[in-house]
Amino acid sequence: MSERSTEQLIATLGAGLAPVRPLPPPVVRALLWLGAVALVAAIAIARYANLNVFASRNAEPRMALECAATLLTAVTAVVAAFHLSLPDRTSLWRYAPLPPLALWIVTSGFGCLHTGLGLGPPGARFGESSRCFLFIVLVSLPLTAVLFGVLRRARPLEPLPVALTAALGVAATAAFVLQFFHPFDITVIDLGLHLAAIGVVVGLAGLAGASGPRLA
Amino acid sequence: MVTASASPTDAQLQETEWARLMRATQGGDRAAYERLLRSVTPFIRSLSRRYCHNPQLTEDVVQDVLLTVHRIRHTWDPRRPFSPWLAAITARRGIDRIRRDSRIARHEVNDDLALETFASPAANNDSGALRAVEAVEPLLAALPERQRLALEAVKIRGLSLAQAASESGQTVAALKVSVHRAVKALRRLVGTDERPMESRTLDDE
Repeated sequence: MSERSTEQLIATLGAGLAPVRPLPPPVVRALLWLGAVALVAAIAIARYANLNVFASRNAEPRMALECAATLLTAVTAVVAAFHLSLPDRTSLWRYAPLPPLALWIVTSGFGCLHTGLGLGPPGARFGESSRCFLFIVLVSLPLTAVLFGVLRRARPLEPLPVALTAALGVAATAAFVLQFFHPFDITVIDLGLHLAAIGVVVGLAGLAGASGPRLA
Repeated sequence: MVTASASPTDAQLQETEWARLMRATQGGDRAAYERLLRSVTPFIRSLSRRYCHNPQLTEDVVQDVLLTVHRIRHTWDPRRPFSPWLAAITARRGIDRIRRDSRIARHEVNDDLALETFASPAANNDSGALRAVEAVEPLLAALPERQRLALEAVKIRGLSLAQAASESGQTVAALKVSVHRAVKALRRLVGTDERPMESRTLDDE
């Protein structure tokens, strides 16, 4: 490659130029996406959830804090993913979801101390917990695919951190929505399966981000 | 006390100009785009040298950066500075280049002396090829120089009689005689009465 061929490349790029519309700021794009998801979730919750049970659960401060931490993890992770998709934003955004994630795990852990393993009648509670696992995974996977499609518009130069952060945001969103349909306090098995579900979603997204074609 | 405001530095003026050209580029202004790319190329080249010390590889990175700028020009926010955006792209492509080169170095060996051969195992038997060369060289060295050069030009290098004659300064007829005598001499040296090589060469020409 010579400087002469660089000059030829510049001429070629210039000849092929088309106008483009700059992307909106990442916070705006993130809020638009979260707003769309919130609208769909609100419709499902209004139709199928028992809001009285949800309200009584969250009357306890620890439960309310756990619920808030889940929501905060979702919001910060999605906002972080949109920032990370741009080349001139700090890579420190990848750490933004970690504090609310830690708070979520800690508050859930305290709930486990209160309710114990939650094995209950043989197989019964594990059956409930496994449905929670499936809920998080099955809701997260299509949402993750949609979010990836939106993030692709920025053609991120480092797809892997974007994919991981986005997947964490979506999994946390699914876990937050689940709380409207979760009729009982979280147990060790619940927490384990919730984290496992999040791990599955983030792991699959990581594989997609690491092995997919370079976007830019 | 009124103090005069500091005049913009060269870097600030450059940043302002680049941002102006980039805004015009996003609007589809081709002349502004080419001016921008030519203006930022030295900056990109200078940053790329931190990742590639080889000038050719540096130019690879420069062109990679220009292509990336073209593909993601819609991601630059006109309300934000242009240089950090460009520098981030250059750093990313420089790092990608280093990783790619180290990955290639781990799995490939660059051997300038490696020769291409046919795929069959026999063709890749270096010991056989070496033995053939070692056998012929002393025989050729035993020939008179005129005959050796004529035989090498026509039979080994594959020149036509006309090309070989022109190269050696002989006439085509004289060259034919030299080749004929060289083949006879080689036959005597290896102790065979067969004449396939000679008849093929002279009949074809």
